[in-house]
Amino acid sequence: MFLEFNEVGKNFADEQHGSFEVFSDINLSIEENQFVSILGPSGCGKSTLLSMVAGLEDVTQGDIQLEGNEINSPGPDRGMVFQEPSLFPWLNVKENVMFPIKKKMSKAEAEKRADHFLQMVHLSRFKNHYTYELSGGMQQRVAIARALAMDPKVLLMDEPFGALDEQTRHILHDELMKIWQETRKTILFVTHSIQEAIKLSDRVVVMGTRPGRVIADFDIDLPRPRKRDNPEVIKLEKTVMDLLEVEINKVLKEELNHEDRA
Amino acid sequence: MKIALKRLLFIVVVIGIWQGIYLAQLYPDYIVPSPFTVGETLFSGFVDGELLKALGASFKHLIIGLTLSILTGTLLGVLLGKSRQADETAGMYLIALQSIPSIVWVPLAILLFGFGELAVIFVVVIGGTFVMALNVRSAIHNVPPQLKRAARTMDTKGFELFYRIEVPASIPYFMQGVRLAWAFSWRALMAGEFLSNGPGLGYSLSFAQDYARMDQVIGIIIIIGVIGAVVDQLVFSKLEKNVMKRWGLLNK
Repeated sequence: MFLEFNEVGKNFADEQHGSFEVFSDINLSIEENQFVSILGPSGCGKSTLLSMVAGLEDVTQGDIQLEGNEINSPGPDRGMVFQEPSLFPWLNVKENVMFPIKKKMSKAEAEKRADHFLQMVHLSRFKNHYTYELSGGMQQRVAIARALAMDPKVLLMDEPFGALDEQTRHILHDELMKIWQETRKTILFVTHSIQEAIKLSDRVVVMGTRPGRVIADFDIDLPRPRKRDNPEVIKLEKTVMDLLEVEINKVLKEELNHEDRA
Repeated sequence: MKIALKRLLFIVVVIGIWQGIYLAQLYPDYIVPSPFTVGETLFSGFVDGELLKALGASFKHLIIGLTLSILTGTLLGVLLGKSRQADETAGMYLIALQSIPSIVWVPLAILLFGFGELAVIFVVVIGGTFVMALNVRSAIHNVPPQLKRAARTMDTKGFELFYRIEVPASIPYFMQGVRLAWAFSWRALMAGEFLSNGPGLGYSLSFAQDYARMDQVIGIIIIIGVIGAVVDQLVFSKLEKNVMKRWGLLNK
């Protein structure tokens, strides 16, 4: 299998309780070239799981393997796009995209590649701008181009459109679909939006919380582009919503109880 | 343009009041000279080169001292910013040293180096180093962790992470440090020169005091104030503002 999660679990050291378990026993196999979303309420550990694939967080139980190699540190075979664009303000747009490849190839080659991916995200016109001059949506597109420039095997996206307005988000959904169809990258996409997950993915992995775990796994075999008023899409959204409602209520109840006690 | 006019009007009024007090002859001339006498003194000082020589000497002390203090302050700051051990051991003392007014170092410098230029430069270096070190330390501590995370996913670690991310990300605080180091060094310079055997603006000031030349005293105070304001506004504030804007830390 391309990307394998075997009995993966995560504990954080906690001064009060010794150790805090975020999730455990995650088993997943992800195929190459697939677009897979991990969907779940806040607190289920979906972002932590993605950071573990990136190598930014330690795997405390089990292991994650990419093409048979165990992941235990960051590497250029995994590119990541964060919720905040995390661009480097002292570099212009093109230099940002060249950041990961500058030391790995000749300048001419790096420039060519940066130009290619900037064109892919439709920002060629802005390549000499600095990041403070760009809107949030444009910044996120630069971040996508930057991650792609490394030519990673997997593209990890951690709620990349979460901070954008509705309109921009829809435009970026379409752009991401085009990029995915063009590059055929395996994408692991974390989101809390049911609509977003169903609109974009081949497969949606639903996580629950307290304790964090996988509660459902859907293959979505609908033709793209998927319209929001497609009855099948609406049916799927309803199914996932019902599933998640139980989980969200669990969190709410716990928080309310906590309030009563306090 | 309107602001410039207001400022001009203000200074005209101040000089007018001053001249009024002078004309009323409430105080002897050697206590309140006429503003025109002060202007003449300044003018002749520049013409015969005395003031220019003093200015040149002061700038020499300042440039040497400030450069050294920026260098040592940066080294100290990076050490404290990067090494937790060093910070826990020595960080507190840096804050203590920073709070010592620079004139306090003058007797020490004179005993160590005599009344010459070396003592002045020493005081200038001490004046700027600690504030620079504290700012560089904060600069390193305030590098957004998110940028470091992003860089790590792009195969950047160790020393490369330091010079490709932490150094450029620190530049806004670094510039703030340079501006403060300049301000502190400038004050230290005047204190050091005042008690030295010259040359320098501070020495000229103490010389004028010895000969009860109030016109010279006021003239030199004006020069010191004008230089301070001009350098701060035209050089350091501008630089800092440009950097802050580029780094997205300033609202558009």
